Amino acid sequence: MSNTTGTPKVSQRKSWHRENLEGKGALFAVLSTVAISVGALAEIIPMFTATAGPEQMEEVTPYTPLEVAGRDIYVREGCYNCHSQMVRPFRAETLRYGAWSRAGEYAYDRPFQLGSRRIGPDLQRVGGKYPDAWHYEHMRDPRSTSPGSIMPPYPWLLTARLDPEDVQASVSALQTLGHPYTDEDVAGVPRSIKQQGLEISQRLAGSGIQTGTDTEIVALIAYLQRLGVDGRAAIQAREDAAAGVGE
Amino acid sequence: MKPELNAMCTLPQRTVGYHTLKPGGTSPGALASLARLMHYAHFQRPSGPHGDSFVQSSAPVYDDAVVKKFIIATVIWGAVGMLVGVILALQLAWWPANLGLPWTSFGRLRPLHTNAVIFAFTGNVLFAGIYYSMQRLLKVRMFNDHLSNFHFWGWQTIIVGAAVTLPLGMTQGKEYAELIWPIDLAIAVVWVAFAVNFFGTIAIRKVQHLYVAIWFYMSMVITITVLHVFNSLALPATLTRSYPVYAGMTDALVQWWYGHNAVGFLLTTPVLGLMYYFLPKAAERPVYSYRLSIIHFWALTFLYIWAGPHHLLYSGLPDWAQTLGMVFSIMLIAPSWGGMLNGLLTLRGAWDRLRTDPILKFFVVGVTFYGMSTFEGPMMSIRAVNALSHYTDWTIGHVHSGALGWVGMTAFGTLYWLVPRVWKRDLYSVDLATLHFWLATIGIVLYVVAMWVAGITQGLMWRAVDDIGQLQYPNFMDTVLRLVPFYWIRMFGGLMYLTGVLLMAFNFIKTVATPAEGVPSDMAAAPAK
Repeated sequence: MSNTTGTPKVSQRKSWHRENLEGKGALFAVLSTVAISVGALAEIIPMFTATAGPEQMEEVTPYTPLEVAGRDIYVREGCYNCHSQMVRPFRAETLRYGAWSRAGEYAYDRPFQLGSRRIGPDLQRVGGKYPDAWHYEHMRDPRSTSPGSIMPPYPWLLTARLDPEDVQASVSALQTLGHPYTDEDVAGVPRSIKQQGLEISQRLAGSGIQTGTDTEIVALIAYLQRLGVDGRAAIQAREDAAAGVGE
Repeated sequence: MKPELNAMCTLPQRTVGYHTLKPGGTSPGALASLARLMHYAHFQRPSGPHGDSFVQSSAPVYDDAVVKKFIIATVIWGAVGMLVGVILALQLAWWPANLGLPWTSFGRLRPLHTNAVIFAFTGNVLFAGIYYSMQRLLKVRMFNDHLSNFHFWGWQTIIVGAAVTLPLGMTQGKEYAELIWPIDLAIAVVWVAFAVNFFGTIAIRKVQHLYVAIWFYMSMVITITVLHVFNSLALPATLTRSYPVYAGMTDALVQWWYGHNAVGFLLTTPVLGLMYYFLPKAAERPVYSYRLSIIHFWALTFLYIWAGPHHLLYSGLPDWAQTLGMVFSIMLIAPSWGGMLNGLLTLRGAWDRLRTDPILKFFVVGVTFYGMSTFEGPMMSIRAVNALSHYTDWTIGHVHSGALGWVGMTAFGTLYWLVPRVWKRDLYSVDLATLHFWLATIGIVLYVVAMWVAGITQGLMWRAVDDIGQLQYPNFMDTVLRLVPFYWIRMFGGLMYLTGVLLMAFNFIKTVATPAEGVPSDMAAAPAK
């Protein structure tokens, strides 16, 4: 290549690509579309088939309306920016968090919340790990339960109230997407929220914490206490069956 | 070659050498003819004082007004997005910086940072570069000024919408696709307007040959359309909340197909397009290899789309999909390095100018970071490495060596080249630009090294077991507190980078505010004959 004249030899070169593609915008666009479609279709389409996609777990059931509300709060506050929901199949991870995550456990997770960074610990198996009061105090002031924590406090969750109609809209949309809620379930959302909220607020009262039955913190606690519980039971049942327990 | 066509070539032959014109070459087809007619009905106007020097009777007056607007938006949103990044870095080092308010807490601000730097900063600089280079490469004004303006104002409105809704907690909860469904719809409309303008301009072009930069731009226009549509499919529950049509692992796969290819086709291929236009321009050298550009374009376009599942290694995603993601990620090294080498080798014979020209400094460091992060990425997608790196700050460091190093530096090089040319005056201060370069470079190094150390430290602590196989650091907090010093270093690195951007903004304000004393010396030269 002669840089003194600045005219590169390639400018004279004839090539198949030059002759047939570089002057044809539409054909170029079509071929580019084909190029990006192959990989996309090859990876995504099999996920919708029973044989190549994730295994199903019938033990995993949909979230209750209060848990749906709690999950919406989890998404709203961007918890996924610091907490994962995926225990990897390593000894160090199962020791720290519990059973590793199976695909079937996420069947009702819209959107998925696997996360991409653990600034705080994984939450996939946090359900049942701490009492309700621990979560209440942790959200009010993370350092009261976890000395040294760098997590921000979430005091507004303690006072903000749920809107039952808003939760109903969420449950209804999830029903449309195929989550097995009956029409009665959707109609009974306000009652269901009240009932589960009462249970949690009574448990909190037992620890000396007074809170309304319909505060956001109650919904979030409901969700966090549900996390990973179905999956853990399903995995345990299968392991027991494989080991011949009860036979 | 007809003489007048030759004279129309504003790209000096020596600059982008293989850009040749076909005799009488225009795109065939009835649609193109119709489009061309519409164009002349709409845009024929006398060549103004700012017309290019190849003026002839039907020569277009390029629309640089929209380029200026996109440049201004780039600088503003870049500063905002990076400022939010520094605030987030401070919050991790010192939690009281969350202020105890909902709309300033880390979880709500982090999506604002990522969306601002990806779609506002990078998006706007891409549009500025595309609108500038495309008109010159195709020797025609943009297809439709109204579409150009709709694109500009629509995009800025979307960004403002994001800046309002994300701190309010309105989100879809999928990384880099957080914006609520009404904004998603607006993005689709504005993007389609851009696509019509883009392909319309190609249809009415006066040069048959499509230069390599256009290929890369085109792959962005097409792929981002596909990604955005399919990843955003959701059922609204309320005006601000919706649920994706995919659930669980399928949602995860679609999201990371989107997420990884947003990196591929917004932060990589169109930025390579900028490199292919502005780097040879700045270096006044032809692109090193034409054949390499063909091979690495098609390989990159074909391979990139497969790599998404490397974000889901060791998850519940079926094993075959994880393995495909890993294997294709490793294959991506080849076309990525093809692009890097084509960029670096284009500087053959111009390396001496690196001492004095901050624009070339930016490009060289940008392309070098491209090479480093496209080596690091495939390495991290190997299962054994990913087992250590995943969920740690190593990932954050990797992203920022690509974003601050490759995208940021290439964007700055492009902006420093463009501003004096579209405003037709000399840059206010080359020394300030050089200072910006050093602040940015040292800032990146501090940032990335701090994140490497933090990430590997935490990854090793998570997996450390004692002699009998019990966790050595069972309290997660131990692995967090060890990172705080590195969070401070990262924050100071980011602060240096932001300071550089603010210096650039100051430099540009002074440049534009200075009365024009004629065009910069290298622009006064007549086009190559």
